[in-house]
Amino acid sequence: MKPELDDDKCMRCGACVGSCPVNAIFLKESTLDIKDDCTECGMCVKICPIHALDMGGDQNGRR
Amino acid sequence: MDVDEGDVLNYDVVVIGGGPAGSVAARFAAKGGADVLVLEKRQEIGSPIRCAEGVSLSWLEELELEDIDSSTSRVMKGAILYSPAGHELKITEKLAGDEVGVVLERDHFDKDMARLAVKEGADYMVKTSAVGLIKEDGIVKGVEAKNFGKRFEVRAELVIGADGYESQVGRWAGIYESLKPKDVMTCFQYRLTGIDMDPDYTHFYMGSDAPGGYVWVFPKNEDTANVGLGIQFSRLNGSKTPKDYLDEFIESHEDYKDGEPVDMVAGAVAVSHPPEKVTAPGILLVGDASRIVDPMTGGGIVNGLKQGKIAGEFAVEALNEGRFDEEIMQRYEERWRDKLADKLWRNYMAKETAMQLDDETFDKIIDALSEIDLETVTIGAILEGVKKKYPELVEEFEDMI
Repeated sequence: MKPELDDDKCMRCGACVGSCPVNAIFLKESTLDIKDDCTECGMCVKICPIHALDMGGDQNGRR
Repeated sequence: MDVDEGDVLNYDVVVIGGGPAGSVAARFAAKGGADVLVLEKRQEIGSPIRCAEGVSLSWLEELELEDIDSSTSRVMKGAILYSPAGHELKITEKLAGDEVGVVLERDHFDKDMARLAVKEGADYMVKTSAVGLIKEDGIVKGVEAKNFGKRFEVRAELVIGADGYESQVGRWAGIYESLKPKDVMTCFQYRLTGIDMDPDYTHFYMGSDAPGGYVWVFPKNEDTANVGLGIQFSRLNGSKTPKDYLDEFIESHEDYKDGEPVDMVAGAVAVSHPPEKVTAPGILLVGDASRIVDPMTGGGIVNGLKQGKIAGEFAVEALNEGRFDEEIMQRYEERWRDKLADKLWRNYMAKETAMQLDDETFDKIIDALSEIDLETVTIGAILEGVKKKYPELVEEFEDMI
């Protein structure tokens, strides 16, 4: 399962985009796109400065 | 500029990203006679700001600027470092080798950098994203872009990727190196107003308030400052966010805790060593996209400006020679590395050490330095200074003196 974005929290800062090892996240002008290439590694969940991404697993983003 | 679905625009150079590095590259390419187009994804250049805005002014002359617009900055007298136990070290302008520090107004500054590029003839499009590279026989020949939902092509001899930390251009071109978690800082900042501080100095708080990084307070005026921090990504355990760390810091400081936020910024910064490669035939990267952020300070503006100029001038040269093959791209690699790479490596190694220091060590270092008359702020002078009071601390760094 891809991480879920909490749109109300997201500040579109791009921290997750630059940290994704497979380039599965794309920062559009007003939203984030997470593509199916996502390997569920959890980097984006962990790097988000405000926890706007959630993997639906434990708090470390691992499942 | 207005485009229609399916349009094909022809330029010599297309720059992806209208930040400082992209605009300086565009300016110097246009100055040398190139037809240049800059694409900015956001609807406004310079906004939203994702920056602490403190820089040194060591680049004015090099960038052929006598002065910068006064609306773009506030001049500082120096910096004050604080250890966890509250020891202070004041570094004046004179100590820092007469290097003047300023706090920029990035939204004005970025627009001013764009203005200078336009003055030389560059074209700009805002609210326009690059969505992919055009390649022919493996060589980059331009970008596919989108403006108000309309897809069009920009054909160019050279693509300059100035698209920041989250660079897509470098990844599309296959010149991307994964970042190690220890080489990424995640950051959070408020612009706080109604606070108490010395507004003529930048303030830095070292130690466990910001594990692996530091807290900065960069004054915007008498009672307003950018108050933020960066934390080493590998030290985040998942339960506490950078925002949580910053809220705790502010709450525990009398001078700041009654401040109110008028702005909030999040982001990430790569504090890695320089990558192996920032070019491929027909394409090069500048600024944060090429990982030239100073690993010690986390500052990327000055290096990005210097490298942007090198990129713009290189573009003109290569256009005149009519080629953008692997061999000629090496010229850009050599030039920017000659200018920046030594210091980036040195500061990367210094960062690796500094990140290991605990609160007690920061206290001893700043305590020792605040008692002596430092004449210059170099790593050597700092180590000499610390050695006088705490020789055991310096033992393992002796070879750096």
